[in-house]
Amino acid sequence: MKLNSMLTRLGPFLGLLLVIALFSISSEVRGYFLTYANFKIILTQTVIVAIGALGMTLIIVSGGIDLSVGSTIAFTSVVGALLIQHGWNPAAVVAAVVACGAFIGCLNGAAIAGLRMMPFIITLGMLGVVRGAAKWLADNETVNYDASVINNWMTTPDPFGWSLPPGAWVALAAAVGTAILLRQTVFGRHVFALGSNEATARLCGVPTLRTKVLIYTLAGAFFGLAGLMQLSRLRQGDPTVAVGLELDIIAAVIIGGASLSGGVGTVLGSMIGALIMAVLRNGSQQMGWPTYFQEIIIGLVIIAAVFLDRLRSRST
Amino acid sequence: MSHPAAQPPRLRLAGVAKAFGATLALRGVSLEVGFGEVHAVVGENGAGKSTLMNILSGALRPDAGTIELDGRPYAPVDTLDARRHGVAMIHQELSLAPHLSVTENIMLGAEPQRLGWIDRKESRARAAAALAQLGHEHLELDRPAGSFSIAEQQVIEIARALRTEPRVLIMDEPTSSLAQADTERLFTVIRQLRDRGVSVIYISHFLEEVKQVADRYTVIKDGQSVGSGEIAGTSQATLVRLMVGREVAELYPPRRPAVGAPVLTVADLQAGPRLGRAGFTLAAGEIVGVAGLIGAGRTELVRAVFGLDRCAGGVVTLDGRNVTGQGPRAGWESGLGFLSENRKEEGLMLPLSVAENTVLPKLGRMARLGWIDRRGVDGAAREWIGRLGIKAREPGQRVGELSGGNQQKVALARLLAYPSRVFLLDEPTRGIDVGSKAQIYELVAGLAQQGRAVLLVSSYLPELFGMCDRIAVMRRGELADCRPTAEWTEATLMATAIGTAA
Repeated sequence: MKLNSMLTRLGPFLGLLLVIALFSISSEVRGYFLTYANFKIILTQTVIVAIGALGMTLIIVSGGIDLSVGSTIAFTSVVGALLIQHGWNPAAVVAAVVACGAFIGCLNGAAIAGLRMMPFIITLGMLGVVRGAAKWLADNETVNYDASVINNWMTTPDPFGWSLPPGAWVALAAAVGTAILLRQTVFGRHVFALGSNEATARLCGVPTLRTKVLIYTLAGAFFGLAGLMQLSRLRQGDPTVAVGLELDIIAAVIIGGASLSGGVGTVLGSMIGALIMAVLRNGSQQMGWPTYFQEIIIGLVIIAAVFLDRLRSRST
Repeated sequence: MSHPAAQPPRLRLAGVAKAFGATLALRGVSLEVGFGEVHAVVGENGAGKSTLMNILSGALRPDAGTIELDGRPYAPVDTLDARRHGVAMIHQELSLAPHLSVTENIMLGAEPQRLGWIDRKESRARAAAALAQLGHEHLELDRPAGSFSIAEQQVIEIARALRTEPRVLIMDEPTSSLAQADTERLFTVIRQLRDRGVSVIYISHFLEEVKQVADRYTVIKDGQSVGSGEIAGTSQATLVRLMVGREVAELYPPRRPAVGAPVLTVADLQAGPRLGRAGFTLAAGEIVGVAGLIGAGRTELVRAVFGLDRCAGGVVTLDGRNVTGQGPRAGWESGLGFLSENRKEEGLMLPLSVAENTVLPKLGRMARLGWIDRRGVDGAAREWIGRLGIKAREPGQRVGELSGGNQQKVALARLLAYPSRVFLLDEPTRGIDVGSKAQIYELVAGLAQQGRAVLLVSSYLPELFGMCDRIAVMRRGELADCRPTAEWTEATLMATAIGTAA
């Protein structure tokens, strides 16, 4: 029992170490793979999936799912690019982009709660609606702008220095905030209650509909923030970006130990899950593996992680 | 039905016993079913009928005792094996695939085929033949099964069972969701089966129906067979006495009822198809029991009072304030507390901790500006773990790891931790051991002593007689009668619940 709870807590950590060890076997690759500069790249590459995974953790713990994340990221990045084009100041752009993500999330939540429909269906529909809206808004081409401080968020002036890009700090701060929200607030515990057993939550007086709307809205704000990071990385608004990214994000949350049936999941786990995904991508590139091989590996890792999780929960 | 003395009966059980953990579900059941006989198995809720039938249909294996089918030992390894031996069961909840056609449902798993291709003509012919045997050849073979009425679906299910040429057909409460006319038609079907030599085991607690359709009976009480015989020449009173005849043990705390002013008034409450019209009042310090058969609308009544289900009509008044249909959240806030009968599906969040389950309704009250005082939460949980003697290592332990009795105590702790004035308890002692039961009885009595009002829904009559000041009986969605406990006997109460009031 003791060993088991240790495994539950440390499982994602061990997975991360295992993946890092895997790419350190070859001495040729190790020389570069294990450098600080490379880890900085990995961290920067993690930022978008990590911020998305924060929102997704809220949703999956509450027993839901959101398939419209990739589209939301593309849409909000287009909105951000257009606003920069129009000469808005960066603070206003950030606020508007995050609010835009929150609005899309709110639509999802309202439809799921109000129409009592399955999150899978609603967000599958929104995946198309929002992607189409992004292309419409951008006139079906990339939105370019001259320059903005926002462009500097995903890079550092000196690629070999010790400093981390601002985006990584934003992700870290958001993760700490979300972890506290989930653990320490009434809202956070209601999210767990909803995912564990919606009937019980209702019986106990949890305002289930309102909580659901709030969950998707908050998650949408995170997706908007991820869209901002996407904008910063590409330095242009691209309505065709991040197709299928929601699957990477869901995978990160699941590898991190959350259960798709709800009620279980941690922010720390999801963040490590996001890191595992990034390390796998980065390491595969260093090894010189073709991208199709990376896709196969990541697919197998997802299956293995969930299988191990089931073994773990069965033995309790 | 009679059979030559030399020939063994179709089915013979002797001393069949089954335990689940420490609970003895069956202590020793013996019965004999003859050829082409309709044999009724009757008993109260929880007497062990379902366990017995699950053993016969191969879903469970007995711990002791012998079963013989046509004189040969019968020990099916699973339900499929039981069917191969010619024993089939029709469950209370039908198990048709609603989107498949009648033919597909009847032939499911035994489709006539040629090299993997279904022989549709043969399929239809056999399905039609099975329906014709039941006098229901008018059912359209290509219509989805789900589009038929419950009664017709039942016939389709029986047709499927007939496909395997059963020697014994077990029917569990087949009329519980049927209207009177459909019941008559089902009896015709059962008689046809009997005339073709099929032995039917008919489980029911509707005694009038048993008298109508069965040839012989066996009464099960507390996991034992306590009487068998011919139905003709046995009065309903005899059956009722056999079903309920036991003593109330010293399980129940002594009570000095001090009934105060009325607190809760329910008038003409209606909700869904199961709750017709029910009204009662509940006074401070009073425990009122609600008896009735499964499906009589008891659960629907308490759920509607609490506001979990939508009310179609009627008024619920708490302390002179109208609290009808206001939803569970407002229910707690206005002073109603509710314990669900369904611990696993609705009552508890099994993956979460004891602490979390205990404080959920008052989490908002224990927080400041949405911020939870975790130490306060753990402290409150620890207090209730101590007061109810919940066997948990720590407040953080997951409820799913606890035993059934301890889980139920966690659900009760949640209820008691909230300062409600009226407690609605739906089957508070279902499926838990005697020790925990006694503790729960003491807690409930304590609530009444403090001037709280308690509504206690239970299928277990001794519990109602041991705890309640008054007992109300529900029958087919209506509150049939409510009297002081002293004016009831178990027999009159059962008779009222069944609808044969003398």
